[in-house]
Amino acid sequence: MVTRTSRRLLAVGASGLALSLALAGCSAGGDESTDGAVELSFLVDNSEALVETAGALADAFMEANDGITIEVETRPQGSDGDNVVKTRLATGDMADIFQYNSGALMQALSPDETLVDLSDEEWVDKLDPNFVSSVSTDNGMYGVPMGQSMAGAVLYNKDVYAELGLEIPTTWDEFIANAEAVKAAGDVAPIVQTYGDTWTSQLFVLGDFNNVTAADPDWAEAYTAGERKYVDEPAFAGFQHLQDAFDAGLFNEDFASATYADGVSMVATGAGAHYPMLTFAAGQLMTTDPDAADVVGAFALPGPDAETNGLTVWMPTNTTYIPRTTEGDKLEAAKKFMAFLMTPEACDIQSEANAPQGPYVIEGCSLPEDVPAMVADLQPYFDEGKTNLALEFLSPIKGPALEQIMVAVGSGITSAADGAAQYDEDVIKQAQQLGLEGW
Amino acid sequence: MSTATAPRRQTESPGAAPGGTARPPRRRKTHSPYPTWFHLPAGVFYVVLFLIPTIASFYFSLTRWTLFDVEFIGFDNYVRFFQEQQLIQSFVNTFVYAFLTSGAKVVLGLLLGVFLSSQIIGRGFLRSVVFFPVLVSTIGVGILFEVLLDPFDGPVNETLAIFGIEGPGWLTDPNLALFSVAMVDIWAGVGLATLIYIAGMVAIPQEYFEAAKMDGASAWHSFRHITLPLLQPATVTVVLLSLIGGLRRFDLIWTMTGGGPGFSSDVLASVVYKQYQAGFFGLSTAGNVVLFLVVAAIIFPLSWWLNRKADDR
Amino acid sequence: MTNRVWKWGAGSVAIVVALAVFIVPFAFIVFTAGKSQSEAAALEFNLPTEWHLFENIATVLSNRDNLLVTAFVNSVIVTVAAVAIMVVLGAMVGYVLQRRKSRWNPLINAFVLAGLIIPPAVVPTIWTLQGLGLFKTVAGLVAVHVAFGLSFCILLFRSFVATIPRELDEAAVIDGAGPISLFFKVIFPLLRSVIVTVIVVQAVTVFNDFTYALYFLPGDENATVQLTTFNYISQSVSAHNLLFTNVLLITIPPLIMYIFFQRQIVAGMTSGAVKG
Repeated sequence: MVTRTSRRLLAVGASGLALSLALAGCSAGGDESTDGAVELSFLVDNSEALVETAGALADAFMEANDGITIEVETRPQGSDGDNVVKTRLATGDMADIFQYNSGALMQALSPDETLVDLSDEEWVDKLDPNFVSSVSTDNGMYGVPMGQSMAGAVLYNKDVYAELGLEIPTTWDEFIANAEAVKAAGDVAPIVQTYGDTWTSQLFVLGDFNNVTAADPDWAEAYTAGERKYVDEPAFAGFQHLQDAFDAGLFNEDFASATYADGVSMVATGAGAHYPMLTFAAGQLMTTDPDAADVVGAFALPGPDAETNGLTVWMPTNTTYIPRTTEGDKLEAAKKFMAFLMTPEACDIQSEANAPQGPYVIEGCSLPEDVPAMVADLQPYFDEGKTNLALEFLSPIKGPALEQIMVAVGSGITSAADGAAQYDEDVIKQAQQLGLEGW
Repeated sequence: MSTATAPRRQTESPGAAPGGTARPPRRRKTHSPYPTWFHLPAGVFYVVLFLIPTIASFYFSLTRWTLFDVEFIGFDNYVRFFQEQQLIQSFVNTFVYAFLTSGAKVVLGLLLGVFLSSQIIGRGFLRSVVFFPVLVSTIGVGILFEVLLDPFDGPVNETLAIFGIEGPGWLTDPNLALFSVAMVDIWAGVGLATLIYIAGMVAIPQEYFEAAKMDGASAWHSFRHITLPLLQPATVTVVLLSLIGGLRRFDLIWTMTGGGPGFSSDVLASVVYKQYQAGFFGLSTAGNVVLFLVVAAIIFPLSWWLNRKADDR
Repeated sequence: MTNRVWKWGAGSVAIVVALAVFIVPFAFIVFTAGKSQSEAAALEFNLPTEWHLFENIATVLSNRDNLLVTAFVNSVIVTVAAVAIMVVLGAMVGYVLQRRKSRWNPLINAFVLAGLIIPPAVVPTIWTLQGLGLFKTVAGLVAVHVAFGLSFCILLFRSFVATIPRELDEAAVIDGAGPISLFFKVIFPLLRSVIVTVIVVQAVTVFNDFTYALYFLPGDENATVQLTTFNYISQSVSAHNLLFTNVLLITIPPLIMYIFFQRQIVAGMTSGAVKG
């Protein structure tokens, strides 16, 4: 067994993401100034974890606030859920509070017209500025996070690494050398890919963004303006890496049909050595292979340069918003609930309801002692400031076909160059839909 | 011979020619036993909740539509739709999928319908079993067959392995994925075709078969000259429904392969659905209009021809 | 003799084939429904090492304040109302469309086909429902189902009305029947097997629908059965055991309904023979 990772307290969110430490925490929402009963509906997606968390948060809030009741409603996840949210917003029929993604997806809700601006609330300063920018437009700040930030990283099996005497790679060449060593050793799949769930294919490109930013700090901004393309370096590397890995035969035999759940369990049981994935996989791991909590670690997806090796970080995707249709007493009550979500008490409820996937982005919130190793492994990157945001929090452009294109590249159907060209074509639709300049 | 005359009697009565061949107009116009107002109640539902919203949505195909903002952009969406990557392959896939599934549903549905109307043991059981897949939700069917068709430990390939055959990657081989989904579609949908054919069999008066038997007709002869012609209404229905369904189907493809691997099993409807899901509402509405025109170009002449054939008989 | 051979021989062969083609997948559903979550996550075709079926059923039934039970009641109400309306209205149109020659018929036929071909436009439909004050009401959802399902009913009825001899109409008219009693007393009963077919098909369609319920009647208290399956599918953690338990629970009642109704179709067989 690998030595147990010392479980340091993952302090206040992403310190590497420059969190302002000003303004000590306000009191928890315990005011009892209610005049008459207010009933709020709270729409969340129907994932088991989120429903449970939302229910627990609502219960705790109601306990402290007489006269306000919160009814949790659910909707499907994925594209149907997206469309339900958009449809209900567009037809003026949204719940009083709702949960949705931050970043590019939130920008597609026309937030300036449909959501309540929260930038004047007193708790805004307690939020990580990166999170604030992921839920803001030029005209306002709209969301409060639920859950934690996470990273797009390579999940790896520490037992396999210990057995083969491998070191954590800091460049792409070292990573491939490790994978080749695993391949040479025999039974273990060097790199796990799971195209049974197509979305999992995107990590090679999305998780590589730290390396893109390292090579070209203005890339995201220039990309939004239509001045950068994926067919060109440095962004092309993500596509090329995927093709190289396929060509070298480093994938698990059943990569084409395996699912995300298979992938997590392979890296947990040692059937696979590496699995590029978001660290929200901690949730899956704790459900299906809780014994492997200390076996599955995480390291940043390496790039060309060991110097700039760092994590690509995702802000909390689950974010709560108040639609414009919530007015009067309900708006007051909804804002009170938002303030409650910003308290350490609310964070603790969330940590308890489900396995944390990374640091909190709220000042004063901390993770419990016993987080899975893959989450604990992220902390050094944050401490050393070796983190960058994922592209979707820096640019509103994300083409819808990336996952299919990546599957085609990773299955040897399409070359990396063609795939990148297809993706550049794909994002044009998105840019035009958003009415961006330069497209 | 009774077999030849029997099917004809239903249309020999005067004036029987629904919506087709030119015949003199009916004489009694005022007190028709078939009042036009019978169309009214259904028409209200149709016009208010289907026709008006549909026409409204055609307008949106000319706009860039985020659901929140509408900007008129003329035919740009149509131009963009025809520039969609892999569009030609999607067209080919659509036709292959539609003709394969509807052809199989008609033939298998007919055979099963006739077979399950004959005197065999376990008939009720078999009818229920054949219909069962129709009741299972698409998501259930999708996951079910992903497991059964798994290239490594799926029961289908394990069974093949017993006979020394190495089963292919049914859903992961780009050349095979579309056909695998089509097979599953047939499995899931043949119960419906069978049911309609059973209803058609029920509508055939038994005397025809008895008369044919007395004339010494063989089973094949009865089938060819009584069953088949008298099942015409059922056939028209099954052909139209399964072909329209096949041309428009995407939910099963979507759950089983997501149009993949890559884009290899994309059909027109799944391309449109992906645009819709990505939030390109104007573009996907334009795609739907194109899809409608394609389907209509096939279905309208076919329907006209099938109905004329039915009327001629 | 040959009949007997057919009856037993063909029947047995069919049962064996059916077992392979239809029952094996069914067994998979039951097996998966009986597994624990971690075992079901592997998605393999084998018996559960330990049966958790009743546990899973209890979980699924009680999940989210008995959501499934509420959903069942909702689905049954919507299905019964929508199917009843569309069968009667669809039969009326199909009947007149087949019987009466009119220059409007090609147009009506075109509308019927268009109704089958064009996918419903969700957002404009919501606007219409809001305008009528029917949005987020059960009546609104029923009306939407009727509007979208009519085409299928009309198509089927139009085809099958042709199998009823016109002499019957004429005889009834001579006996003094008005249009309404002609239709409801003479024609409608003769359409029995088709009516049962339409009821079965449309009941399944409405019962299995999830899109319309999702958009036109949002809210957990209004959930329909298909929406409940979505509770067990997730990008991150999937509970396949509960998903298939849910699939099983919402599939069995319609199956029983089907077994009941298909007897009605067979019953139609004899009555058809007498009248023909």
